Amino acid sequence: MKLLEPGAEVDGFIIEECIHAGGMAHVYRVGYASSARDPGFAMAMKIPRMTAGDGAENIVSFEVELTILPTLSGLHAPRFVAAGDLLRLPYLVMEYVPGQTLQQWLDSHQRSADAQQDSATIARIGSALAIAVHSIHQQNVCHLDLKPANVLLRPDGSVVLLDFGLSCHAHYPDLLAEELRKAVGSPTWMAPEQVVGVRGDLRSDIFAIGVMLYEMATGELPFGSPTTDGGLRQRLWMTPAPPRQHRPDLPAWLQEIILRCLEPEAAQRYPSAAQLAFDLANPDQVRVTERGQRSKGPGLRVHLKRWFKAAGMHYQPSPLPLTQLEEAPIVMVAVPHEDVSDATLYSLREAVARSLGIRPGARLACVTVISPGASSSSDSERSETALHRLHRARLKQWAQPLPLGQHSVSYHVLEAGDVGLALIRYAEGNRVGLIIVGAATHGLQLQRFIDTVPIRVARDAPCTVILVKQQLPFEQLHNH
Amino acid sequence: MIAGLLSDASLFMKIALLSDIHANLPALKACLAHARGQGVEQFAFLGDLVGYGAEPGAVLDQVMALVQAGAYCVQGNHDAAALQVPAQVNTLGDQSAQWTAPRLNQEQRQFLSQLPLTQRLGGDALLVHASADGPERWHYIADSNAAERSMSAATQIDPAIRYVFSGHVHEQALYFLTPTAKLMRFNPQPGVPVPVPPHRQWLAIVGSCGQPRDGSVRAMYAVFDSQAATICFHRVAYDHLSAAAAVRAVGLPEFFAERLERGR
Repeated sequence: MKLLEPGAEVDGFIIEECIHAGGMAHVYRVGYASSARDPGFAMAMKIPRMTAGDGAENIVSFEVELTILPTLSGLHAPRFVAAGDLLRLPYLVMEYVPGQTLQQWLDSHQRSADAQQDSATIARIGSALAIAVHSIHQQNVCHLDLKPANVLLRPDGSVVLLDFGLSCHAHYPDLLAEELRKAVGSPTWMAPEQVVGVRGDLRSDIFAIGVMLYEMATGELPFGSPTTDGGLRQRLWMTPAPPRQHRPDLPAWLQEIILRCLEPEAAQRYPSAAQLAFDLANPDQVRVTERGQRSKGPGLRVHLKRWFKAAGMHYQPSPLPLTQLEEAPIVMVAVPHEDVSDATLYSLREAVARSLGIRPGARLACVTVISPGASSSSDSERSETALHRLHRARLKQWAQPLPLGQHSVSYHVLEAGDVGLALIRYAEGNRVGLIIVGAATHGLQLQRFIDTVPIRVARDAPCTVILVKQQLPFEQLHNH
Repeated sequence: MIAGLLSDASLFMKIALLSDIHANLPALKACLAHARGQGVEQFAFLGDLVGYGAEPGAVLDQVMALVQAGAYCVQGNHDAAALQVPAQVNTLGDQSAQWTAPRLNQEQRQFLSQLPLTQRLGGDALLVHASADGPERWHYIADSNAAERSMSAATQIDPAIRYVFSGHVHEQALYFLTPTAKLMRFNPQPGVPVPVPPHRQWLAIVGSCGQPRDGSVRAMYAVFDSQAATICFHRVAYDHLSAAAAVRAVGLPEFFAERLERGR
């Protein structure tokens, strides 16, 4: 389809300027011809260059986006407005989201004098990106074509994902699946399993985020931009040069995060984007391994070994996005620090151990809430840091007997007057998948009339809540 | 909304597709009630109304009343067998046909014998119990190749056919034509409407209403929405224990009862 002139009308929409002329499609700003239909936000119309008659294959990705975009909700994908008949008048109208793409951001920052971004900025953008990707995964969709041009940064710092043309919805037939054994995606950001034709693993998106973080941190691409099949297959076994080789001042925690995203084997990466966002938001709690410390890539021997392994690699089919997320939630336990019996703390810990035991990919966040009045900057003994340190030490001590194994764990002291609200906000902000909280064991009669913290958390939490009751004889419960 | 994905000239927006009821009255009633709750305006029965189950007469009366009111219905292999009882009993199916035949009245037999093997639904859909490729040979659509044969036979009948709806195989599946002219199998998630735009060809197997065999005892059926161009596969809980008890009460083989209790 040729470029449309401003003022042209398409199916009730008035074309404004063309904002993108890509190989696959033109994108225009549009408005409704009739102002009565104004949806209250700006709109963009995407018109594929190919029509169905030009050759069916070219239009499949447009069809995929047409199918998936209307199913997405939330702040991290453009809102769907309307679509035209694929055969007669193919177009897609969606929300126009103001902001700049990560590509534009990279271009403008790499040209500036201080080309290398500070790690706090990278972590902030990376975390917003991971949270956007998690929101898509929660809706059973894998994006599978994440790259800087498809990541839109809103002025408020949040991220919107664009272009779902290569995406995969776990509950819909995958129209691109027939391309199996042939890579579908953008070579620079594509995960190894995508190279061999696997679609629908949410950890492929984690890999793509890793490539973007790598570029933001170093200005380099971890695998270059391969143009041949052989070049593409390299990532089946190759670990890229550690970012610190390009940039020695990069903190070890950031390198740890980036290289974990870029692990050739999907199972070695973050099991969810929420867990990646969590690490990016809590640099001081990242468990730095050899991966974060290394200053040069694995030697030839390691790569050769991996190459042989990859040559015969049998990819394990990945679970559906939602199943994968359920197996790898961020588990938050609210540990009270006052008015609490040892028996309660014990029961709480047992519940955490059991919950982690059946969720191999889970990570644990131990949280306690202290009142804002408790610390004061004038009194050095009770200064904020000293008090926080004390509570963190207590949390660590409480968690110490837990059989953590491979589970990551972190400790967080929140200051808030309203304990219930603080816990709920924390759970929302960190995309916590499971909250474990002790049920109140005192004031049981009153519980019916006033909101206790656990009741309120159970009611308002964005996820499943386990209320742990201390083992008490029933007759004692009535005596309270 | 998505404009223009209209399936051409279909008279109904939402039609429930039920197959392999197998004389299971509780399952049929549960699915009909569920479908009406989904805003279904019409019904299509994809064959095997009788066989295995305890209440062939009651099931037929229900279906006949609906067909009288405009519902669609094609014949299945068990319906044919109940009309022409095999002289020799070789299979469980033969045994059940032998039991069923004398329990049908004249009107019910008449109804079964007049059922077509295939039926058109609107301009772009074809109903057939097993496979459009020799409907009278009752081929099982067990894989993409078998689905492809049925689909291309349907295209031979009329290139305008975009949808083939079938039963016979007692599990739900959706096959779709890819741009490289291959048919791919998709296992649908119950309760999720799947877009089935008419510019592709689709072959849906709606599963068995009255005799699920995939390990779940819940009845199966599907709703095709021609306006939205979606198909939604459903699983419906029904009183499967009373259906099994009825099988035992009339003296049919114990295996038929156990099957309903286990969903296998």
